[in-house]
Amino acid sequence: MGGLAHYLEAAGIATTQISLIREHTAIIRPPRALWVSFPLGRPLGIPNNPGFQRDVLRQCLQLLECPAGPVLQDYPHDAEEVAGEPAPLACPVNFAPPADLSTDLGSLLHRFRAEVATMETWYGLAGERKNRPAAPISGLSPARLAEICIDFLEGKEVAVAGDGQTLADLLRTAAEDLRSCYFAAILAQPGQSTDPGKLADWFWGETCAARVINEVRQRCLDHPGKGMRLAGKLLLIPRNQMHRFV
Amino acid sequence: MVRLSQYSESERQHLLDLPCPTFATTPFVSGPPLAEARVALLSTAGLHRLTDRPFAVGESGYRLIPKGVKANELIMSHISTNFDRTGFQQDVNMVFPLDRLNELADEGVIASVADYHYSFMGATDPGGMADEARGLAEILKKDQVNAVLLVPV
Repeated sequence: MGGLAHYLEAAGIATTQISLIREHTAIIRPPRALWVSFPLGRPLGIPNNPGFQRDVLRQCLQLLECPAGPVLQDYPHDAEEVAGEPAPLACPVNFAPPADLSTDLGSLLHRFRAEVATMETWYGLAGERKNRPAAPISGLSPARLAEICIDFLEGKEVAVAGDGQTLADLLRTAAEDLRSCYFAAILAQPGQSTDPGKLADWFWGETCAARVINEVRQRCLDHPGKGMRLAGKLLLIPRNQMHRFV
Repeated sequence: MVRLSQYSESERQHLLDLPCPTFATTPFVSGPPLAEARVALLSTAGLHRLTDRPFAVGESGYRLIPKGVKANELIMSHISTNFDRTGFQQDVNMVFPLDRLNELADEGVIASVADYHYSFMGATDPGGMADEARGLAEILKKDQVNAVLLVPV
C-alpha cells in the first residue's frame, strides 16, 4: 500500500492512507498515513457504523493538509471500545457421524454434505437480504462447491473451466467461496457475533467444511504440480489457524 | 485491538519478516485544502465488479470501480487467506468506504468524489505495481482528482 502512495505522489498526486501494520508503514515511509488498531481485513473498524467509519476517514483525509511529511499519525480509538464484546458463536449444525461408514474420510464427507445442506437455508436468507450471491467468485451453489472438494478427495476427475483456469485455481476458489457461504450463513442468524476472531475460530475449529478444506490442502501438498503445492502451502488455510491441523 | 505485540509469536515474526519496499526519499506533493479535495479511492483488497475477471496469483494490475457501483456488485477475490472477510461481507464500506466518502462530500468536508475508483490485489510485489500506478496517476489527473485515499486490507 505504501509503495503505491510513493508512486502516485512522485507522479504529482497527493495521497493519504490507512495503515494496518504500523511497523511496515514506519519502514516504507509513505507521505501521509493514519495507523489504526483494527484487525487485518477491517481498515474502517466497525461494520455498519457509519459514524465511526466517517471519523476514521475524516482523520485520515485531514492529513492532506499537513505541510510536510512523511506523517504517521495514530488513530486514537480501538474498535472494541465502541462495538462492545459480542456473544459467543455456536454452529447450528451438529450431525453425529453415521455408524455404517468405515473410513474417517467417508464419515467426514457424509457429515460435510449434511452440514452444507442444513446451512444452505441460511445462505439463501443471506442472499435475499444482501441481494448478492453467497458464493460470488465462482457463482456456484454451496452444494456444487462442496461436490468439487468431495470429487477431488475421492479421486474423481474435476472439470475446470476452459478459460485458463487450473485445478489449483478451482480448488482455491471453491474453498474461499465455501468459507464465504458459511460466514454469510452464520451472520444471517439472529444474535450472532460479528467479532472476526470468534468467526474465524468457529469456522476453522468447529465445522466439517474446515476439515474438508484441510484434507484438500494435504492432497495439494502431495501433488506433483507446482501450482497445487503452492495452493496447499499458502492459499487454503490462514497461517493463524494452521495449528489446528498439524 | 490489533497490535503486533498482541499476535502470537510466530505470526508476529512472520509479519515482521515480510519484505517491505524501502525508498531513499519520500515524495511529497502539497495536498489541497480538504474542502477543495476531489478524492478517489484506491484499495488493495482485490475488489472488482461481478463482471470483471477475478485477481490471479501474482497479478499486479488494477480493476476499475465506477462511482455508481452498488454494494452487491462488488466482490473480493484477493488470494490471501490471512485476513478477515466477514467485515466486508457485512458492510462493503469496511474496505471500500465509498458511501462514507459521498457523505463527507455532501457535508462539504471534501469538495467532491471522483468518477472512478480502483483496486489492486495487495499480495503482490509492490515494485510490480509501479508502472500501473504511474499510468493510473495520469488517468486520475484527467478525472480532476487532487487527492487519493489509499485503503489497505
